[in-house]
Amino acid sequence: MRIAIIDESTTRASIIEEGLAQLPDSEIFILTGRQSLISRLEAFAPDVVLIDLGNPSRDVLEEYFAVSRALARPIAMFVDEADDEAIAASIDAGVSAYVVDGLAVHRIRPLLDLAIKRFNAFARLQADLAAAEGKLAERETIDRAKRILMHGKKLSEPEAYAELRRKAMSSGRRIAEIAEAVVTAHDLLGDGT
Amino acid sequence: MTEQLTIGFLPLADACLPILAHEHGFAEEEGLALSFQRDVSWATVLDRLLYGHTDTAHLVAPLAIAATLGRGRPAQPLAVPFVLGLNGNGITMSTALAGRIAQSGTFEDPRRLGAALANEAAERKSAGAKLRFGVVHRYSSHNYMLRYWLAGCGIRPDEDVEIVTVAPPFVADAYANGEIDGACVGEPWNSLTVERDVARIVLATAQIWRRGVEKVLAVRRPVLDDRRPAFEALIRAMRKAGRHFVDPENWDANAAILARSEYIGGDPALIRRAISDRLVLQSGGDAVHFPDFMFQYSEAANFPWVSQALWLYSQMTRWDRSPFSPEEAAAAAAVFRPEVYRSAMYDTDDPLPGASSKVEGSLAQLTSVGTQQGSITLSPNTFFDGDSFDPEKMEEYLARLP
Repeated sequence: MRIAIIDESTTRASIIEEGLAQLPDSEIFILTGRQSLISRLEAFAPDVVLIDLGNPSRDVLEEYFAVSRALARPIAMFVDEADDEAIAASIDAGVSAYVVDGLAVHRIRPLLDLAIKRFNAFARLQADLAAAEGKLAERETIDRAKRILMHGKKLSEPEAYAELRRKAMSSGRRIAEIAEAVVTAHDLLGDGT
Repeated sequence: MTEQLTIGFLPLADACLPILAHEHGFAEEEGLALSFQRDVSWATVLDRLLYGHTDTAHLVAPLAIAATLGRGRPAQPLAVPFVLGLNGNGITMSTALAGRIAQSGTFEDPRRLGAALANEAAERKSAGAKLRFGVVHRYSSHNYMLRYWLAGCGIRPDEDVEIVTVAPPFVADAYANGEIDGACVGEPWNSLTVERDVARIVLATAQIWRRGVEKVLAVRRPVLDDRRPAFEALIRAMRKAGRHFVDPENWDANAAILARSEYIGGDPALIRRAISDRLVLQSGGDAVHFPDFMFQYSEAANFPWVSQALWLYSQMTRWDRSPFSPEEAAAAAAVFRPEVYRSAMYDTDDPLPGASSKVEGSLAQLTSVGTQQGSITLSPNTFFDGDSFDPEKMEEYLARLP
């Protein structure tokens, strides 16, 4: 089976490729750039095309599939009675699949399941990364709030942190939120230091 | 009780009405909480609508009909209770091509420009390198407007030139890379080609069909049936947004809202050009006022005329080279739902047409039309070639089209 993966994210494309490499008798081709997408795809002659929902080339690709004179032209997979859940799950995961007519469903199913798993894994990775970045930003805000208190109220660093913590506990908010409020108030009212 | 609706859209100026209904509180007034799903291809906007990621979507009108008829995918019935606007698209040409055939420095005369283009197309064809035009989707009004104009000027769209799909945000890049000679796309993407000095705006689609149907609000038919009150509330909220949108007092503020990255993104000054009907046609040029470049509110612009759906179906059979089928025509007509619009606006001070269908392109002057409430005077709605479309006589119409 010849599988083309079209994805502008090279990281995600390689995560999916790695997942699909488990499939027997499969050749995988990755297209990341937009440049001459159609001609490169045509040269590979895929049986299956996977493309992420966020890819701006989807309409271009569908147009090519619609007018292509190639014998085996892929068509979009849609919900029908037979394969309702797999397709809906792939759309939920953010991937759409195009498959040449006549390719047996039992051959596509494992491929799609793997692709969905990999897409979800990538989404989790992104979420973790965003959360880690958020934590880092919070850390910086708390440090700034501490410095503001140390400077303004002549406190030591542990005292400044205890002050933030006390305020957070008494108001039922997170330390990061209190720190944010301190920084904002300082930016608005302070001397700009 | 507040009802939630998620709306899919592509970053284009004519996604304005639901966005402004949300931003100015009109949706909230109607008991709705709107959220938005921004995408970058119509295929994904449609997928999300069909698989329930969104409740409704900003959609190119012909795609709503194509999805219902099952062109290119299994049929899924969609409904259109509201037209998001008429026209608002431009035709651009590369600076090289425009430099040879578009000399007026303003919007060109479509017949004269078409005649000059026919010569260019013939030369390029015989040289073995056909002129290439970009449109945003196979089932888009852009494709049908461009083809209507080309064919009306003696240029066969599938033989004499090449028409390819280009995503709106990449039209300027496609010019820069020499991939296209012309394009038909919505704003602000024409203006971006002008800013980058890769192309010039030569026509407004309003010059091809003065009152051409453009984007629609599409919803799955069963969802509309289930949540009818919510959709009627949304229609009222978008009418209020339309009134706000066309008021010159609000142009700056609305351009600034639409320019935010969660909506269209980009430079508010470019977005303001379309919403004020004042386009800069070539790099460094002055803005040219083209009244009704975008037409989002007046003259019951949002009323889903069944005749508009049928005109789109006529063009779909024409360019898909599929036979005319009365059953398909009936299915296409049923996509547009004037009775839902009527029931939403009944007993407001909004004017409501008395009829649900009209002869498109038949008005050459201001004409009052029969109404159910209020009064409506329709402006000319002509096609550039002087033809008109009577939905009752579609087969005759198809037979006489070039």
